[in-house]
Amino acid sequence: MDIVKKELKIQKRKILVKNIKKQKIYYSMVAPFLTIFTVFTVIPVLASLFLSFTSYDLLQAPRFIGLGNYINLFLNDDIFIIALRNTFILAIVTGPLSYFMAFIFAWLINELPTKIRWLLTLIFYAPSISGNAYLLWGLIFSGDIYGYLNSFLINWGLIDSPILWLQTPENALPILIIVQLWLSLGVTFLSFTAGLKMVDKQLLEAAAIDGIRNRWQELWYITLPQMKPQLMFGAVMQITSSLGISGVSTSLLGNPSVEYSGHTIVTHLLDFGPGSTRLEMGYASAIATILFVIMLGANLLVQKILRRVGS
Amino acid sequence: MKKKNLKSIKTENNVVTNNDELLSSLRSMESSWIQKSRLKRRSKKKVRLSRSLKGDIFLSIVLGLFALFSAYPLVFTIFNALKPLDEIFIFPPKLFPNNITFDNFVDLFNLIGNTQIPILRYFYNTVFVTLLGTAGHVLIASLAAYPLAKHDFPGRTIINQIVVYSLMFSAAVTSIPNYMIISGLGLVDSPWAIIIPSWGFTLGLFLMRQFMVRVPTELLEAAKMDGAGEYTIYWKVVMPIVKPAWLTVVILLFQSLWSTDGGSLIFTESLKPLSYALQQIVSGGIARTGAAAAVSVIMLIVPISVFVINQSRIIDTMASSGLK
Repeated sequence: MDIVKKELKIQKRKILVKNIKKQKIYYSMVAPFLTIFTVFTVIPVLASLFLSFTSYDLLQAPRFIGLGNYINLFLNDDIFIIALRNTFILAIVTGPLSYFMAFIFAWLINELPTKIRWLLTLIFYAPSISGNAYLLWGLIFSGDIYGYLNSFLINWGLIDSPILWLQTPENALPILIIVQLWLSLGVTFLSFTAGLKMVDKQLLEAAAIDGIRNRWQELWYITLPQMKPQLMFGAVMQITSSLGISGVSTSLLGNPSVEYSGHTIVTHLLDFGPGSTRLEMGYASAIATILFVIMLGANLLVQKILRRVGS
Repeated sequence: MKKKNLKSIKTENNVVTNNDELLSSLRSMESSWIQKSRLKRRSKKKVRLSRSLKGDIFLSIVLGLFALFSAYPLVFTIFNALKPLDEIFIFPPKLFPNNITFDNFVDLFNLIGNTQIPILRYFYNTVFVTLLGTAGHVLIASLAAYPLAKHDFPGRTIINQIVVYSLMFSAAVTSIPNYMIISGLGLVDSPWAIIIPSWGFTLGLFLMRQFMVRVPTELLEAAKMDGAGEYTIYWKVVMPIVKPAWLTVVILLFQSLWSTDGGSLIFTESLKPLSYALQQIVSGGIARTGAAAAVSVIMLIVPISVFVINQSRIIDTMASSGLK
């Protein structure tokens, strides 16, 4: 028996080697991308995990310190706890909200005449590709009377003196949420727009005849189940981006923001990483690893939930 | 209409005398049937889906308000760039300029940073990074996407899976080792520090692969029968078919490279991109507001134009973006 099994194994390996040789050309096609992907994504994830257990300043060799970085992060770094809290608040509000917005707006424009749909797609998608145009929100929320919001409110007699919107800690998260929602109709929105165009029209008509009473029932029973792949892809995009908010915060609120009111995990990471004055790579890697675990965990969890929808 | 048809068939039936006429009458019957079924299909398309007027009005208002929220800041930026400085600071602020001027754009070109670098230099840096990054990525990633989508070889499933997982975290996670690798390769403080990593943009590979799955396998086999090698098939057969996919990827990567500010990877002033210059101008205070609006317009108008040109193709690609 054992000999037969061994023989089988050898045979299998031979076939595999043969396959690999025959398909050499495919490997040559994949190789360039895979090399870059490995060097700039796969290795960094592993390296980050390794460095998170060390103390490393880029000058001297990394020194193994076990869980030291993690213990410091959770027990001695109050700012990290603030960052963690802010990140979760931002993600829990903007993640689902922007996901639903992307879907609802894609769905609403789906029935409009082609030209209007074309225009609205452009208007909704434009903010997310307009580069740093969100810096304009800095002018809107500017703290002097020339800030658009202040001058609007003063003009209408709602306030007497300008409010320092960006410098008041209580306003930081709401402002970030508004700007983030403004930016939120991106790839997910396009994916939904496309998915909705693929929904079988005949099914909708059949449903209308079969007594689907309104558009909400139609959405729930007919449209959503057909769009599952796009819904899953959109969830991945939205979760990843809502947990990774940082650029908007540092540009509008500054880094550090007043009382760290707009501090997130990513801004905290950048504070210790390359280009910062602290250069504590081990510590920054521990932050990166925590972020990695949170992002992957949230994604896998939501995937699991979405997979169940409609089945 | 229906009755008339029937009547004409009847009359024809009555006068049928030979085979030829029988055939022609049958044919006319057939064609009238086809017509009828066509009419039916057309009327089927007009089945009114269950919609209420109230709902229509309510949802139109929601759409309109959100469109306003979306467009207002961008429109304001564009109009601001066309206003003379004293109009930008008019109180209360006005959306439309009274006297349209291009002074802000002219100022921008005269504006010289603290290190004597003309704005055109930043512009050139951004264009260089964006073009090489996007072109290189599309080539490398589409070449890899083709076998990953259409051919079976050991390791393919694992690679596909890892690619999907890598969509689940952002670049910040890998930023530290990335910096070390880039500096180890001697790329720091050169445009290549941004260009080469951008070639590994996984979302781009993912979207192209998803789209390529839909390319009919028979087509590839036919090309193979004609003696085409895999590289020829990739370039001559697959790439033209998946044009919408790579155009979409062009937009996505283009806009992300276009707005990159170099971060900690580029520190020489003359190599910094336009986005960095914009941040400097914006933080330059009130006197620079006009110039800042002008740079913002340049920053946003380019990716938006690229999107406008390709919009329908992008929607086409995104249809296959789903995860299973």
